[in-house]
Amino acid sequence: MERIPILQMGQFLLVTIQVDMHDQLALTLQDDLSERISATSARGVLIDISALDMVDSFIGRMIGTISGLSRIMDAETVVVGLQPAVAITLVELGLTLPGVSTALNVERGMKLLRERVGTQ
Amino acid sequence: MTVRSSGTQPVRVEQDVVMARQMARKLSQECGMRLIDLTKLVTAVSELARNTMVYGGGGDMDWQIIEDGARTGLRLTFRDEGPGIPDIKLAMTDGWTSGGGLGLGLTGAKRLVDEFELDTAPGAGTRVTITRWT
Repeated sequence: MERIPILQMGQFLLVTIQVDMHDQLALTLQDDLSERISATSARGVLIDISALDMVDSFIGRMIGTISGLSRIMDAETVVVGLQPAVAITLVELGLTLPGVSTALNVERGMKLLRERVGTQ
Repeated sequence: MTVRSSGTQPVRVEQDVVMARQMARKLSQECGMRLIDLTKLVTAVSELARNTMVYGGGGDMDWQIIEDGARTGLRLTFRDEGPGIPDIKLAMTDGWTSGGGLGLGLTGAKRLVDEFELDTAPGAGTRVTITRWT
């Protein structure tokens, strides 16, 4: 079955979405991530969506669910790389991703994760 | 108004939603659409194609590249023979959903395009036509 790879970097998990996801693939990622957070005791999740040229309500909901899910499993989530056109479209669509932390790029996202986890 | 080219694409299974998005992207590029307009249109296509598949039980997407004077546009019709929408007003309310979604599909798609037309009746299927001009 098709899957999006989840990489472990110390106490963080790193996901780079590089394919045009169909809905089942997004749901599989959601399940896989919760299992990996549990199995690795990860403290943070970084999701890079810079390769996504579109985020619709389904993917938006998946991002929100992952963020909420990881929070109750004691892990922080940061979404990075939202393209400007995608961001504008998301807001117009009516999705502002409440409760989801974002950063401009991977470097800033990792910094944010380290700060959050370090100060806890 | 003249039709420069047209075609039809099936929207039956999940992978077809991805194909519909990719088709809309290709056609938007052919129209010379700006990236921001293209992104909005492709996102609207994703919402509507998913509705066709999930709520309409599958259907088709008709596409047309149209010309009206100096402007070029892409017009897409999503049609299914499904149960139709009993209460259009309710369906066009932000946050209302008959399924498990966020209820942003129809209303969100409407905000992302220049023209939006919904034609449906209980038992008579659903047709949604959207147009985005360059």
